[in-house]
Order: sequence, then C-alpha cells, then structure tokens
Amino acid sequence: MDRRGFIAGLGCSLAASPLLTPVSFAATAGEKRLVVIILRGGMDGMDVLRPTGDPLLTRYRPRLAAERGLELDGFYTLHPALSGLLPLWRAGDLAFAPAVSTPYRDKRSHFDGQDLLEAGTGMDVSLPRDGWLNRLLQVMPDAQSETAFAVGREEMRLLAGPAPTSSWSPDGRLDMSPQARLLLQEVYHDDPLFQEAGAEAVVIADSLGLSSDDSFALSKSEMRDAIKRNAQAGDADVLARFAAARLKESARIAAFSLAGWDTHRGQRAGLGRALEKLQGAILTLKSELGPHWAQTAVVAMTEFGRTARENGSQGTDHGTGGALLLAGGAVRGGRVFGDWPGLEEAALYARRDLMPVADVRSYPAWLMRGLFSIEQTALELSVFPGLRLSRDPGVLL
Amino acid sequence: MALTPEKAAIRFGEGLSPDRPLPGSIEAVLGQLTEPDLSAEAHEIPPFDALLPALGKVEAARKAYRKARGSDREQRLNDAFKTLRRDQLRARMRDHQQFLARSLTTEAPFRERLTRFWGDHFTVAPRVPLLAFTTPNYLEGAVRPHVAGRFADMLKAVVTHPSMLIYLDQVSSFGPNSKAARGRRGLNENLARELIELHTLGVGGAYSQADVRQLAELLTGLTVGLPDGFAFRPARAEPGGEQVLGRLYGGGAASLEDIFAVLEDLAAHPDTGTHLARKLAVHFCSDVPNEGMVAAMARAYRDGDGQLVPVYAAMLEHPFAWDSFGQKVKQPIDFITSALRAIALPPRSLAKLNRREVQSYLTGPLAAMGQPLFKPLGPDGWPETAEAWITPQGLAARLQWAMAVPSAFFRSLPDPRGFVDTSLGNLADERVRFAAQAAETRREGVGLVLASPGFQRR
Repeated sequence: MDRRGFIAGLGCSLAASPLLTPVSFAATAGEKRLVVIILRGGMDGMDVLRPTGDPLLTRYRPRLAAERGLELDGFYTLHPALSGLLPLWRAGDLAFAPAVSTPYRDKRSHFDGQDLLEAGTGMDVSLPRDGWLNRLLQVMPDAQSETAFAVGREEMRLLAGPAPTSSWSPDGRLDMSPQARLLLQEVYHDDPLFQEAGAEAVVIADSLGLSSDDSFALSKSEMRDAIKRNAQAGDADVLARFAAARLKESARIAAFSLAGWDTHRGQRAGLGRALEKLQGAILTLKSELGPHWAQTAVVAMTEFGRTARENGSQGTDHGTGGALLLAGGAVRGGRVFGDWPGLEEAALYARRDLMPVADVRSYPAWLMRGLFSIEQTALELSVFPGLRLSRDPGVLL
Repeated sequence: MALTPEKAAIRFGEGLSPDRPLPGSIEAVLGQLTEPDLSAEAHEIPPFDALLPALGKVEAARKAYRKARGSDREQRLNDAFKTLRRDQLRARMRDHQQFLARSLTTEAPFRERLTRFWGDHFTVAPRVPLLAFTTPNYLEGAVRPHVAGRFADMLKAVVTHPSMLIYLDQVSSFGPNSKAARGRRGLNENLARELIELHTLGVGGAYSQADVRQLAELLTGLTVGLPDGFAFRPARAEPGGEQVLGRLYGGGAASLEDIFAVLEDLAAHPDTGTHLARKLAVHFCSDVPNEGMVAAMARAYRDGDGQLVPVYAAMLEHPFAWDSFGQKVKQPIDFITSALRAIALPPRSLAKLNRREVQSYLTGPLAAMGQPLFKPLGPDGWPETAEAWITPQGLAARLQWAMAVPSAFFRSLPDPRGFVDTSLGNLADERVRFAAQAAETRREGVGLVLASPGFQRR
C-alpha cells in the first residue's frame, strides 16, 4: 500500500480525532522491528508489576494492594487488567523491569520528565531539540525517517528533528483548483516552515476529503463518532493497527504514545482503563504483525513512577522509580529484569519513591544494540549521551 | 524597527479589520485595558458564581431522579432532569459563541488576548458532567477581571475557584491528621505541585519536593460544595503549621488567611516574576525571547508590586517587541477569530449559527487544527512553538478552513485584491499580493490570503 492509500485507508477518523497521537516511523534494512510506546502521565509501576513478595507493600498501599493480582513468578504479581497478556508471559513474549527511571530527579514534573524521556539526553532539559530515535537514524547510515506523521496535536519528540518529507501530489479532493495549488506554493515559497508542512498538508487535506465549497465536511456525527471512539479503549487499537500496517511494509521502527496514567485519585479504575488500552495495543500489534511478531520488540515506558505510598484519595502522586514493559517474539520474556530495591524507608528515594536501580534508557539501548547492531559507543555518545551501558541484561533472544 | 499600527494590531490584538481603528502607539494598546470593558457588556457571559443556583437545580433534579429509580415517578423526574440539563448546556454553548464574538468587533482586543493568555496559564477543564462547558464562565469570574490588575489577586481568585479545585484534585485532598480524614483519607499533591511548577515559580524555580508537600498540607480545607461553590472547611485542614519556601504559615486555627498569605508570597517570589515575564514574552513575541526583554519585564513586575500593566508596558517598550515581528504563529483560535475579524463577520451571524453549524465552522475545525475549544490536553496548557502548530495535519485543517468556511458565511466574499490590504495592510508581501490577484475565484483568493504565512504569523 502506498502512503496516500495509507492515509485514506484510515479514513476520517484520523483527521477528526484531535485526541489521537502521532505515530512516527523509520525505515531501515533487515527484518527486525522496534515499537516504542510512551506512556504519558507517569505510570504507577508498583501497581502494574506488583512486588507482592515484599512484606511492606500492603502497609504502604493498604487499599491498592488489597486487590489480588495475577501470579507471575512467586515474588511479583500482575495487575488484573493485564490478564490478556498472561499467555504472552507464559510463551516468553513478555517481560518487565521494575524500578527504572530517567536521570530526571526531584521536581517530578510530567512535562520535563516526558521531554527527557523522549530526548533521551540526561538531565539537561534545555539541551536537545531532537529526539533519540532521530539520533539513532543518524548513526544508521541506511535508515530513513518516513514522514514524521504529525497526526494530532501531541508533539512526539522521539523522531523530531531534521527529517525528509514526502513529495507533493496535487490531485484529489481538497477544493482547490490546480491554479490555486500553484499559487499556494508561491505564497509558501519564502517560509521554510510553511513550505515544508504545506506539501504534506495538501496531501492530507486531499486524501481526507474534508472540504467542499459550502459544507465543511467534518459533520457533527462524524466528529462525535470519532470522539466517542477515542474515548474508548479502541483508539489504542487504531494506533497499533496503523503502526503494524506500516511495519509490515518498509517501516522498522514505530513510536507512539498513550495517555491516561496520571492517577492522582481513584487509581483502581483509572489505571485499569489505561492498562486495557496498553494491552489492546500490544495484542493488536501481535495479531496484525503475524509472522513478523517473532522479529519484533515492543518497549513501553513512562516519564517516572509514582509514590511508594498510596495518597489520601486512593491514588498515588508523582514519584521516581517506575516500571518498563517489554513484549514481542524477539524478547527473552517470561522474566523480570533487574533487581528489586526494597521498600524499607531508608531504601526509598527521598523516603517517598521507589529507588531507581537502572536507567530506563538502557533497555531501549540494548534493544537497538541487538536489533540493529548499533555500536555501544554510538549508543552511549550519540543516541543517549551520558548513558553508561554496563552488563547486558540479555533482553533479546 | 518600531511600532506600526498594523504590527500592534496583529501582535497584541486580534488582527486587522476593515472598520476598526488600529492602535497608533504603545499608550493606545495599554489604554485598551483602562477603558470600561465594553466588549464584555456587548457579549455578556455570566461569571461562574452566577451559574451556581441553576447548577444546584440540575444537581438536585439528578439526585431526585436517581432516588426515584424503579418507582412510578422515575420517568417524570428523568424528563425533568434532562430538560434542566439540556437548557443548561444550551446556555453554556451560547456563552462559547459570545466568547468568540467578542474578538470580532472589540476595540480593546488586547484584553481578549490577555484573557486567553492568562486562561491558558491557569488552565482548567471540566472533570465532572455538571461543569461541562463552563470554562468561559470560569474565565469571566476569575481571570478577566484581573488581567489588568495584580497577579496575586488573579492567583487567589483562581486557586479558590471551583473549576480549578476540581480540575487539579484539591477537592479530594484531606489533611491526613484532620478530623474529616478520619484516618482514612489524606493528601493529594496535584494542585500544590502545579501551583508552584506552572502557576508561580516555574519548574526552574528554587523549590523542592518538601515545599510541594508542605504547600499541599497548607491547602487542605479548600474545597467545593453546592449551592455555595467555593468552600473552606477547617475540618479537612491539616493541623499545625507548614513551612513553604522557608516561611512558616498557620499553626493556629485553620484559616483561609494563611492560604492567601502563601499565595501572596508565591506571587511576590522573584522566580515568579521571571517565569511570568518569560511566558508572556514567549506567547506574544518569540519562541526564543530576548533575555533583556524578559529581565525588563521581570523588573517591572518586581518594582510594580506584582501589577501586570507595567509588565505589559515593559514588553511593548522593548525594541524586541517589534523587531521580532513574524516569529510567532497564531494559535488556531487566534487564526479563526482574526480571520473572521478580517472578513468583518457581523457578530449576529455568529450568534445565529445553530449547533451543527458551530460544530462545522468553528469547533470542529479548531479541533482538527489541534486546539479543541476549551479542551486542553493537560494543565500546562497549549504549546507555544510554531512547529507545534504548523504540522502537516494542523496546516491541512487551516487550509481547508480558509478555503471553505468564509464562503459558507457570505454569498459574496470581498475582492481578494482589496482583502490583502484589509487583512495585512502594508505588511503584505509581493507573493501574497500576486496570489490574491491571480486566483480564479474570490473564494480561493481570500483562502490563499488567509492561508498565507503573512496572515498566520504575527
């Protein structure tokens, strides 16, 4: 399928879905695939991968830990909303790493935390404007970023940066005459920002057929349907299906984000909903990728974890160490990577948060090392400046 | 370069219009803030507090219906509830139209811009069905009256506002040792954190997690109820004093005065002045503002005891305010209001739109451009960078709107050659002039002018 067909195939739901996040893609040689899912809002790792074997858990979280989890390995249990992933765990296609974090500490701001996670550069928020996947492409000579596909309104920095855009194909359903199209090129000629986005914009506007002379075709019912679809867990499936279709063609890296993890209150229901979306995305990737699943690694990570103790409104506040999830046929799963730091007060970070035992960036780094044979020095110097990769935890088969 | 009336109207207003005067001086821009708020009078929006009796009735009707479930009165009470709720939502949708209508004809457009700026600084979004579509009412009561006043007064109005208290979870925060917590409920840090990180000192400010925690304890007691709206409940307040940024508050009987005291101090903190100055400079002038301008504005904030007009004056008086013209891109809402102002859409045409048309011409396109009206993504508000808005998808929606919607309002659009002058004045470049006269139809000519970088930049 070509990319025009691709946009059109997604239909109006994409255009009419302001809440939908963009998906970024990169193409490269080989058959290995990497999917990066950013969980925006700070996922409570301790409630997803529950250290039930730690006697202090129920003391810190009398309400949250009262709910029974799904047995994993005798120490950890899994949040019940992820029951659909248990077959993957048993098949060795699912793994976790507890107590990981970026080098970001103390201020616990979502916005800085996400920037750092996506920029992947350590503590200096102001330093980079491009993302780590973009820097990965720069150290992979044969790689090409395919249209950083800016659908929606959340900025996805992972692949942000200088990227080639696709060509203009001025035909189709945008209600502009050939002459007006040429004039638009003329009007955008001296403004690089508009010129670059403009070519793609016309293609999108055409493919989606949103306009006509007297009726702006985003009809109320279409809009309502799209918003309703978005509000349900289904939107994660749409994203995953979109990503899988591209990964079956030339794309080898896909990145998108899922929101809804900031569970300050009523965490049981809120986290359950977010996890259903994540589970839906993973299961959709698996079923849509078919035989390619065996060559695929999915990593889902978040800007920070949450407080070790539950707060006063059956939720948790911003913390430090959080959990990371790995899935895919290429992953050496059925296990939990890394150590458990313990919950004794002195073992906590600032006596409140789970102490990070590993840099969250080391996991995608090892994935890129194994999947795309990136040199360790390139990972440590260019892709994730400041990261020290020590022992290979063996995340891939 | 210095002020020109066109630049002043586009950067610090709602853009040009065929029949509204342009500000010829810095005094004329600032003067808009000292005159009576005529635009609010012409397009009235009830402040949130005025809605409380009606909201109380909707809530009471809902409860009555729920209580009657299964009884023979269920149907009747359900109908009664639905009618009240529908009337309420219709009235709120009218407020949305009024909010946009103000921008079309106002002679004090700087006030509209500032109301949106500060509304974004203090972002809220309804989190309970009862408050659906009440953001304009929140702005009317808590933000708009203070845009030319003291920042501390706006801060106090916002932090004690039901919309904010619900949006940032303050209503579910209890002092862990308070009577109302009964040993079961406790703190929620959300409002305290954003109050420092977003609203006052900024994330780069000199504070620690301990300050957030202590502030969260100090804020306990702030909550919301019906029919009064805002409420301070000492029974929920954490006993004892709290130390925030080195100063001790409270310690005696829980009181709102202690909370107001910390808000005054947060507003007066030097990091707050710098944070607010930078945000204003980024919003109005450049994604990468001149440091000298930011410093001058922060100084004006400090020397003016937190008064905001001197800060705006320092911005307008700095050469960078004019040298950097064109570096900002209009956000979608500004793009649409300035386009409607330029084509001189009469506000009554806006008021006449039915719900489907509002959706098709305004709210739907705003969402497609990436800025669904009053539905922010998070408490940090809308992004500022040009790149965040001029994405292929965002520009596609702007392009379609420019090509389709103006012609939906008018049977006959203005001559594109004249429209270049009404909308861009002497700022029009040769390329857009050429496109306007070379277009085959008025619709496309006007659309090209609106889609041009010259119209979308400020």
